[in-house]
Amino acid sequence: MKATVKPVSELKNLARDLRLEVLEMTTRASSGHPSSCFSAVEILVALYFGGILSYDPKDPFWEERDRFILSKGHAAPLLYAVLARAGYFPREALWTLRTLHSPLQGHPVYRLLPGVEATTGSLGQGLSIGLGQAIAGKMKGQPFRVYVLLGDGECQEGQVWEAAMAATHFRVGNLTAIVDYNKFQETGPIAREMNLEPFRQKWESFGWLVEEVDGHDLEALLKVLEDFKKRTDERPAVLIAHTVKGKGVSFVEADYTFHGRALTEEQADRAKEEILCE
Amino acid sequence: MRIGERAGLKAGRPMRDIFGEAILAACEKDPRVVVLDGDLGNSTKADTVRRKFPQRFLNLGIAESNLVGVAVGLSTCGFIPFAVSFSSFLLCNAYDQIRLGVAMSRANVKIVGSHGGITLGKDGPTQMGIEDLALVGGLPTMVILVPCDRVSMHWAVEVAASLEGPVFIRSSRYPMPEVYADGASFRVGKANVLREGKDLTIVACGLMVGVALDAWAMLQEEGIAARVVDLHTIRPLDRETLVQAALETGALVVAEEHLLHGGVGANVARVIAEEAPCPMRFVGLADTYADSADPDELLLKYGLTPEAVWRACHEVLKMKGRERA
Repeated sequence: MKATVKPVSELKNLARDLRLEVLEMTTRASSGHPSSCFSAVEILVALYFGGILSYDPKDPFWEERDRFILSKGHAAPLLYAVLARAGYFPREALWTLRTLHSPLQGHPVYRLLPGVEATTGSLGQGLSIGLGQAIAGKMKGQPFRVYVLLGDGECQEGQVWEAAMAATHFRVGNLTAIVDYNKFQETGPIAREMNLEPFRQKWESFGWLVEEVDGHDLEALLKVLEDFKKRTDERPAVLIAHTVKGKGVSFVEADYTFHGRALTEEQADRAKEEILCE
Repeated sequence: MRIGERAGLKAGRPMRDIFGEAILAACEKDPRVVVLDGDLGNSTKADTVRRKFPQRFLNLGIAESNLVGVAVGLSTCGFIPFAVSFSSFLLCNAYDQIRLGVAMSRANVKIVGSHGGITLGKDGPTQMGIEDLALVGGLPTMVILVPCDRVSMHWAVEVAASLEGPVFIRSSRYPMPEVYADGASFRVGKANVLREGKDLTIVACGLMVGVALDAWAMLQEEGIAARVVDLHTIRPLDRETLVQAALETGALVVAEEHLLHGGVGANVARVIAEEAPCPMRFVGLADTYADSADPDELLLKYGLTPEAVWRACHEVLKMKGRERA
């Protein structure tokens, strides 16, 4: 089943609403990683509501669904907000994030919540799991595709490159990685803490098809993802999405120390105004 | 003297050879079973599958973290992946991947740690899995099986394939003696009492089961009736059989080819301390890495012998006697 494709103007509204939900979830929980969510909003909107992913919230384990793995598990609030919006569970559940007895764990845990395809949060692991699913699809002759969202700092993990090497070896053209390249990791700018560049060339040298895009430009994201989908060759593809950490809230964009902390009530009010004005 | 000889057990073949046969049988029985190799299929003998079912054998190369992740992905699509490599490499290299992807996710992935213990011998301490049971013990949800011979290895692989959820199986390079007859019955989480006895109990797993039976024979010559328990399942632990043994025999020796720290003995002791405290002794590797040498020389050097178990038995008997006096 394919979700109804929404026009880009509606997708933009949806991105705004998701930012507001993430803000409210993390502020209520007084914890979480809102700025890491904000950089990935358009990417998830394009995947789930732009007609890229085939899925059925009424049948979350439908064998031929496309898989999405949030390898940067700290953006869990965004994934939860998207899954609720897609109809996997009621929106009210979002306000239980990080509270006792809630399936909305701080980082996603498999089997607790429909639509969560893997346990992630210890970085570097999602691409391997996605690779396993892509291999499974090929072995079973099922047409589904697998999408894995990686953080940029996450690509410092060696396992990512183990998976990158194996993906070309196993010729999984049904695997797409997306890197949320927001240029910051927990303790500072990537370029200062542990440089990834030349990043594109790293992927290319592992045999991947590479595209780069403004990760907040929905039209551009959709164009590349649609082109990727139409491919029939056996090369895995990676989309390096250049993004802004904290996108949509000026004082969060300007201060990387917001990684791993929620906004105060007062900051959240200001953030809400900015998001609504955008 | 060969392990198991005193006890009258037939010599066995290397456990890895038997694993190779068992995993092939599992593949023949269930088309969902696939094998993931860390480029050691010729050592672990998982390559029996490569020859017969090349399309269900994936060599992930020398990259254990990715190997485990791929296994997790396959399991979520209905396959039953057996991730096979050396116990030390899988658990030490890919522990976090097993923790999140397999244990926390309750994925239907089977981890087979080959070359467990010190008896891989000459390749030395870098390759030995002497802490594997402690590590896998730190993963709630994971069933842990330690077969001690041909029949129990076949059972372990077959039951792992049929159980839904994470399972660890320890395999070995050592030719363990034949403890069980064909058709012997096993249940996950139910230890097998191999010898009845009232004076004391020896609890063992893996290679040390044969060693324990040798010690049993030595004790028997002295008129001491030892109970011998094969603790083939480390999780879930068979509290009932252990507590009953403590209550009925009043003294326990636990023997394992593993570090004492965090090992099987520690788990048994926790149960006994809670429910039926009695004198206990532990045979295993004291805080040390083993050398690179012939396996039997190593067993002697590190005290994993029938004599060492026999000595521990006399120590607990003495303690028990003092308690009773």
